[in-house]
Parts: sequence; C-alpha cells; structure tokens
Amino acid sequence: MASIRHFPATHPLPDWRNFGVMLRVLLGINALALLAALILTPDLAGWPGRYVELAAVVEPWLLLCLGLLAILRDALWRLPLRIGQGAVLLLAGGLAFGLYAYWQSLLPGDAGSAWRSALLAMAAAAIMLGYFELRNAAFSPAQSEARLAALNARIRPHFLFNSLNAVLSLIRARPQQAEAALESLSDLFRAAMRDPGELVSLADEIDLGRQYLELEALRLGERLTVDWQISAVAMDIPIPPLMLQPLLENAVYHGIEPAAEGGAVRISIAQHGDELRIAIANPTCGGVQHAPGNQIALANIRERLALYYDLEARLDIEATDNRYEVRIVLPCRKQAR
Amino acid sequence: MSQASPLKILLVDDEPLARERLRTLLGDISIQFPTEVVGEAGNGLAALACIREQAVDVVLADIRMPGMDGIELAGHLGAFEKPPAVIFTTAYDNYAVQAFDLNALDYLLKPVRTQRLLTALQKVRGATPADPALLAGIGREIRGCGRTHLSSHERGRLMLVPVAEVLYFKADLKYVTARTVEREFLLDEALTHLETEFAERFIRLHRAVLVAKSALAGFEKAAGDDAEAYGWALLRGVPEKLPVSRRQWAPAKALVKGA
Repeated sequence: MASIRHFPATHPLPDWRNFGVMLRVLLGINALALLAALILTPDLAGWPGRYVELAAVVEPWLLLCLGLLAILRDALWRLPLRIGQGAVLLLAGGLAFGLYAYWQSLLPGDAGSAWRSALLAMAAAAIMLGYFELRNAAFSPAQSEARLAALNARIRPHFLFNSLNAVLSLIRARPQQAEAALESLSDLFRAAMRDPGELVSLADEIDLGRQYLELEALRLGERLTVDWQISAVAMDIPIPPLMLQPLLENAVYHGIEPAAEGGAVRISIAQHGDELRIAIANPTCGGVQHAPGNQIALANIRERLALYYDLEARLDIEATDNRYEVRIVLPCRKQAR
Repeated sequence: MSQASPLKILLVDDEPLARERLRTLLGDISIQFPTEVVGEAGNGLAALACIREQAVDVVLADIRMPGMDGIELAGHLGAFEKPPAVIFTTAYDNYAVQAFDLNALDYLLKPVRTQRLLTALQKVRGATPADPALLAGIGREIRGCGRTHLSSHERGRLMLVPVAEVLYFKADLKYVTARTVEREFLLDEALTHLETEFAERFIRLHRAVLVAKSALAGFEKAAGDDAEAYGWALLRGVPEKLPVSRRQWAPAKALVKGA
C-alpha cells in the first residue's frame, strides 16, 4: 500500500471556510436579530422596521466576523477546543466593541454602551457555537456506524464464507492465487477496523476497492467485469475512508450476483476544478434482484459527507430500468481539516 | 455399504471455485465412497437441462444462485418420477438451515468438510424427498418472492414455464392451465396456492381466473345479464377475453387506471 496519510477528519470547531457553515451562521444570526427586533418593538407593525435598523448594525459586524474567522481558521483549529471557542467569543465581542466605539465617535449623540453591544455579540456567538457543537455530536455516531456497517458488510456471512470456500479450492491447484486472496481479505478487514474519523488518500481507497473486486472476481469468475475510468486526478486528495468500497459491494451484491450472465461494474473518478466526482454504476436486471437490502451503507455515507463537508458534498442516485448509478461529488481539499 | 455402481453426481453452484472444491473433496473420498461427477451447472435451469439429458442420483445444489436457485430446483425435481436426491450446500442461510434441521433434511455448510460430505452421501440413498410446501416456504423467505418457473409435465417430459411470461392462470374442473403468448401449459398446481405465491404479480378476476397485472389492457361490460361474468377483461398479446366477477370488477379496473 502507498504511504497512508491520516488526518483528523473533523474538528469540533466549525470550518469557517465551508459554504454550508457560512450559510448557517448568516441565517442563525439574522434569526436572532429578528427575534431581538420582536422583543424590542411594542407592536407588530414596527417589527420589520426595527429589524432593518438592527440589521444595519449587525450585518457589518457579522461579515467582518466571518471574514476574520475564515482567515484565522487554521490557527483556531490548533488551539484546544475550549480555548478556541473562547477565542471566537472574544473575537466576536471585541469586534462589536470596536465597531460600536467607532460608530459612537461618528455619531456622538447616540446613547448606549459599547460594553452592552459586546456582551450581546458574545451571547449570539455562544449560541452559534453551541449549535455547531450539538450538530457535530448529532452526526458523530455516523463515524462509529460506518465502522460497524463496514465490519458487518465484511462479515456479511455470504461474502466471508464464500470467499474462504473459494480460497480453499485454490490452495492445492493454485497456491499463489490463494495467498494473494487471503492477503486481500486481511487488508479488507484491516480497513474496516481502522478509525473512520481519519481521512485516507484517494489512492488508498481505490486500492481497497480493487482488492475487494479481485476477491469478488475470484468467486464470480467471468460473470464480473470491472471497468475503471480514472482520469487525471490528484491521487493524494484526502477523502473519508470506506466511501468507495461499500458502494462497490452494493453494486456487486445487487447488480452482478442476481444476474446469471453477470455484468459490468463501472467506476469513474474524475476531477473537475475543485470537485472530485466519483460515479459507480451497475446493471439491474429488471425484476430479478436480491431481496431489497436496507440502505444502511448509502444512508451512512450521506451522513458522513454531511459531517465532513456540510453542503459542499453531494450524493445522487440515478436508477433506471436497467441501470443503477451512485454519484458522489466532493470538494477536493488538499488541506486536511 | 457396498454399491454396484458409483453414485452419479451433479454439482450445481454459481461459483466455479465452489464446484471445483466439491470435485476435489469427492476425489479425496473416492476410495471409501466411489462417485462419478456427471456434470456441473451454474444454476437451477442449467441443472434441469443436465438432468433431462442423463440419469443423476444425487444433486449437490447451492441454495442461492441467479436464474433459478437451489430450493426451486429441488421443488421441480420433486415432481420427477424418479427424483434424484438433493443435498443443499450453503455459505450461510440461517432461515433455510433452521428449516432443514427441523425437517431432517441434509445440507452442507460451505466451506464443506470432507467428513460431512461423506456422511451426507452415505445416507442419501434412504432419504425421502423434501415436502414441496416446505420448499415453497423456504424459497419465498429466501428470495422474497415466488418461484421463477412453473413445471408442466407433458407426456413424461418436463417443460418449464417462466412465471414472467404467464398472462393468466385458468382453472378447469381438475386442471389449472397457464397461458403464455405462444401456448397453454397444463399445471399440477392449485389456483389458491398460485394466488398466494404470486400475489405481487397476479390478481384474481374470477373464481377460476388469475391474471397478470401487467397483461391487463382494458375492460368491457357484459351485455345483458350474463350469469358467468359481470364483465370481460381484455389482454395484451392474446385475443381471448377473461370473465370478471362482480366482486373483482372494481379492484381490477382500478389497476388498469393506476397504470
């Protein structure tokens, strides 16, 4: 295997450069401003006007905050979590204090204290930080589930026992092939037991997929054909582990095994600008299919994509009468989060 | 135990290496228990074709195979005059294995052990064929749907009718016939069993008629007071009309509208 690059996949502090995170912050703070406007106005008719007044103050602060946080992201990540969160609060409060003091110097008549605005800003920031921490916690089970799902799939008894049976039949006649098969089997198990919270390189994930398909090819013989279409892609792009292999497994289990004449699994991996696109297609043979499996693998991959990339990653499924395709789009992140 | 001639064995598994392994093991025990492998097949359909060609004493059949699985194969074999014995092999099928244990049917777990294979072969001669109703139950559980084919015996020959091609089943006095676009087949089945087994695919139109939902083209009210039928169903592909009872009129019509 190529050298494995491990990265901590998620940081408890949000990725301020992520579009989804920015959107959440913008919406969250504006919702708070809306609420504040409602509290401040005695009658409903004055509510929109009050909100507009507030927004004029809040928006510049908010954009400045987001800009600074995006710039300081890596520095913040290096701090311990609580200190990092404290730094974000101080930044929000300090910025509000500074802005308020600046405005007061322009409009000396305005009453109120810069301290009050700083405290309000810090409260708003604390609410958002709390939200992100909860959201992170809500998605974290997906991590351990990925590992469990992968293990379960690996120990999907049909796969395990049929593979062992295939290896047994190779031992006498073709011992070298038997050795290679056992090596692949152990690599698959090792990958399933690895910490899913760390990113792996695209090259490693492709390797794992190849090994898995070789084992299946051993069992299924000529029924399985595999077509890899890998265009110019930076092989060191970090991606979440166990993204490709469970999808390949689904493709074989639902597309190839139930068909007496077999079929082809097509994998295409391409890079378009900052996007990494992975597509896995398998034939579906009309009504003849395995009993519909539960969508655990697919649901888990969706959850983990949301956890790692928020809105910047997508998973789409295209199912027609004779073809099933899963497409994943990921941002190519050279830098680990 | 002494045999006049070695047992003729057919190996049925969709994985070539699994068949190879059974062949090797049969070779290993050939001194204690001589056998002759007369053929290999990748699924139930191919196995039935093999058995039509030559006499087979024992079929070693994998449970899960594409096309036609081992359970369905055993069901079709059971209708033979002198059915070969079936020993199932499986990597893992909890449900089937429990059912086999309960009903004292022999099976082999993959990877197969030499000793187990030997024991199973030694008692195979006295074994009774599996009960078709039991096989139907296991098959439904494993596949999640009914059989892929129905067997029809004509002048001692086995004909397989793909369920997907059947337009309708009709019961006449003693027999049930299945109609495909090309022709009719005589079945040894009860209409009520067919109705439950293929509930997703067929709907009852009349006391004596089950029709494939996909074959329904339209409906016609019966002229006057017909005692036989409230109305008639028109089919795709064949000119016949099928009687529809008063009770089934509304649900059947709803199907065509929904399509």
